[in-house]
Amino acid sequence: MSQTQSVAFVRDSMLPPEPPPTRASGAILWLRENLFSGPLNIALTLLGLGILWLLFSTLWPWLSHSVWNANSMAECRQIIAAAHGPDASGACFAVIKHRWNQFVFGFYPVDLYWRPVLAFGSLFLALAPVLFADNPRARRIVIGLAAVLTFLISAVLGANGVELGAMAVLLLAWVALIEARRDWALLATLIYPFLATWLLWGGTLWEPAMVLAGFVIGFFVWRALSAYGMFAFAAAVLVAAFWWLALSDIVARGIATVLPMRLTPVTSDQFGGFVLSITIGVAGIALSLPLGIILALARRSDLPVIKMMAVLFIEFIRGVPLITLLFVASLLLNYFLPPGTNFDIILRVIIMVTLFASAYMAEVIRGGLAALPKGQYEAADALGLDYWKAQRLVILPQALKISIPGIVSTFIGMFKDTTLVVFVGLFDPLKAMSDTIRASFEWKGAYWEPYIFVGSIFFILCFGMSRYSMHLERRLKRDHR
Amino acid sequence: MKKTALFGSVTALALAATGAMAAEGDTLKEVKARGVLNCGVNTGLVGFAAPDANGNWTGFDVAFCKAVAAAVLGDATKVKYVPTTGQTRFTALSSGEIDLLARNSTWTFQRDTDLKLDFIGVNYYDGQGFMVRKDLGVSSAKELDGATICIQTGTTTELNLADYFKANNMTYQPVNIDSNAEGEQQYMAAACDAYTTDASGLAATRAAFADPENHIILPEIISKEPLGPAVRHGDNNWGDIARWTLYALLAAEEYGVTSANIDELAKSSQNPEVQRLLGSSDDLGKMLGLDAEWAKRAIKAQGNYGEIFAATIGEQTPIGLARGLNAQWTQGGLMYAMPFR
Repeated sequence: MSQTQSVAFVRDSMLPPEPPPTRASGAILWLRENLFSGPLNIALTLLGLGILWLLFSTLWPWLSHSVWNANSMAECRQIIAAAHGPDASGACFAVIKHRWNQFVFGFYPVDLYWRPVLAFGSLFLALAPVLFADNPRARRIVIGLAAVLTFLISAVLGANGVELGAMAVLLLAWVALIEARRDWALLATLIYPFLATWLLWGGTLWEPAMVLAGFVIGFFVWRALSAYGMFAFAAAVLVAAFWWLALSDIVARGIATVLPMRLTPVTSDQFGGFVLSITIGVAGIALSLPLGIILALARRSDLPVIKMMAVLFIEFIRGVPLITLLFVASLLLNYFLPPGTNFDIILRVIIMVTLFASAYMAEVIRGGLAALPKGQYEAADALGLDYWKAQRLVILPQALKISIPGIVSTFIGMFKDTTLVVFVGLFDPLKAMSDTIRASFEWKGAYWEPYIFVGSIFFILCFGMSRYSMHLERRLKRDHR
Repeated sequence: MKKTALFGSVTALALAATGAMAAEGDTLKEVKARGVLNCGVNTGLVGFAAPDANGNWTGFDVAFCKAVAAAVLGDATKVKYVPTTGQTRFTALSSGEIDLLARNSTWTFQRDTDLKLDFIGVNYYDGQGFMVRKDLGVSSAKELDGATICIQTGTTTELNLADYFKANNMTYQPVNIDSNAEGEQQYMAAACDAYTTDASGLAATRAAFADPENHIILPEIISKEPLGPAVRHGDNNWGDIARWTLYALLAAEEYGVTSANIDELAKSSQNPEVQRLLGSSDDLGKMLGLDAEWAKRAIKAQGNYGEIFAATIGEQTPIGLARGLNAQWTQGGLMYAMPFR
């Protein structure tokens, strides 16, 4: 029988598929399934819409009338009254435009704004090789953007030719280093804290350099004596301490007379706004993670003394509010130090914030350690690894991976806690800086605008950290759940 | 930085026993050696202390810091302003972090004795008042029975308010606020019927409103708030320097010495009191451990008391405070400089 012969009651071609009925597809289906699936959900949806409408209808006129160009609240009010009638209310974001530099830089000298910009811009260069270790594309985007933006922002903020030139050389060399030699770039990451300290506070380069030299000397002493176990570590600490206390000042001054490398010094009371928050936040984050790991290991240690010390420290710090620690740092310490001692207030705050965050960090990481099956520890032992190697190669990589959400939560919480420094007389961006700006008569009464501005920047920074943590979790996912 | 920390903690341990000694000593010598006066100021109070867009501090209290710096160091710009909060101000002074506290602090018995401060005088006589909306129809604080009142916590104003309502057998509903800005916001949002704080603060707040004509400050002043600079116990010479710098500013106004005519008067004035004040005759400065022209520099820095008042909080400024109690005693006020003799 030929194929073409057709039987009357058999179709020889398929009908094209019909689109589903409108009620069972697309947006309408989604709405029906998600928002209006039952009486309760219909009621809740309507309630939600009502609240949204209420918020929108109160906030929108205020936001849409906002004024960006004015020199005082009174002028703002005039402009709004002229444009939208005498009873209209509107946001006066002119206060942000007028005082943005104080929100961002505090009282940092205006012609030195490029220094914090470079310090925080190169933070991304320092972090990129660590954060994006196995994602070259993301790394290139980050370091490229960081380098270009740092340069452009510094240029806009009025860095002069020499400064821009030096900056360009530094940024280009660093980018090239990251791309060419990843392992050496990690060394640059270790040097970064000292570079940033120098950039932020100024003074001679050799002071932070000599502190760094102490670590290097200590490291080499430890390496040379590493056959002697714990003794090597103690010797390294002693030698480094001797270097810092006795020699480093003399050496620093000696080199400084030959090659000054001085930047205009900036004192801690000139810090404020986001420069202060980010300085404390980044330092606290960078220091609290290693300290937290050590504390977590100590708390799980088999040595009773070490375990007890760790428990005492963690429970004490977690039992005390951060503000108490800050008050101790700013007020109580002054009674104990000899008069005229210049123990930097920001350094004191960083120490306290670090101790506080590290106690929480330790518990987060301990959770990760506890989540590992016992077999992992036994397997590491069976391989003949000693304690540190077992931790470094087997236990911690897994434990830290499990703890990522908790660790990043602690980071974010700590970063937001930096606004508490308002209570020790430092100018955090949220309250101290806003109140100070309101204390000049022209901006008295600007209440919501500074909060909205500062809040949005905090949101961007914290949201960025949170997104990165999600990215990291996906990337490190090894199981097949 | 790390080294300082290490060194600091070692010395902290070593000196823990002798800790309380830290604050004592020769403040004048320390300030001169340091070359900078550490002056504790408010973190921001309209008219009294606030940094401008360039970070330069100005205000009524700031002007006093400048006058002392000019008297002691010869340069009114050699001041490091240490912003202090309500909680940290007195500890900052007694721990030696600041040499002088010029932060609109009320002179009270307990602060003078128990906290071991020396108030060196009064540079502003303030008092607590009330502000209400006009449409509330209240014209006296006595009519505030049952009102909700916005009140800053942890201040003397909170205690005064309780005292006043108790004494007048009235009740009130407190709305606790944390800062002036928040108080204004609550008051504007009608969360409270009345807002109470120092009268100077009320005037500044009202002046900054979009509709000042709809708000009135009630006539009753329910407390005495003598605001003055303070130094710590135990260094009387330093206290004398601060006290007589304040008197120099007051005396200069009384005798008509202004920043404009001071150089001329120093040469030509026939008034013996002015001559002594400006160091043209006698050497009063020596008795303070300063040079002869200390008071001249202090007055020249920001002008005499009247000039400072007019430039920072007076009637020509937006804050628009009248002299009132703060006028010279010859004008019916309480400002009275002790004789320079």
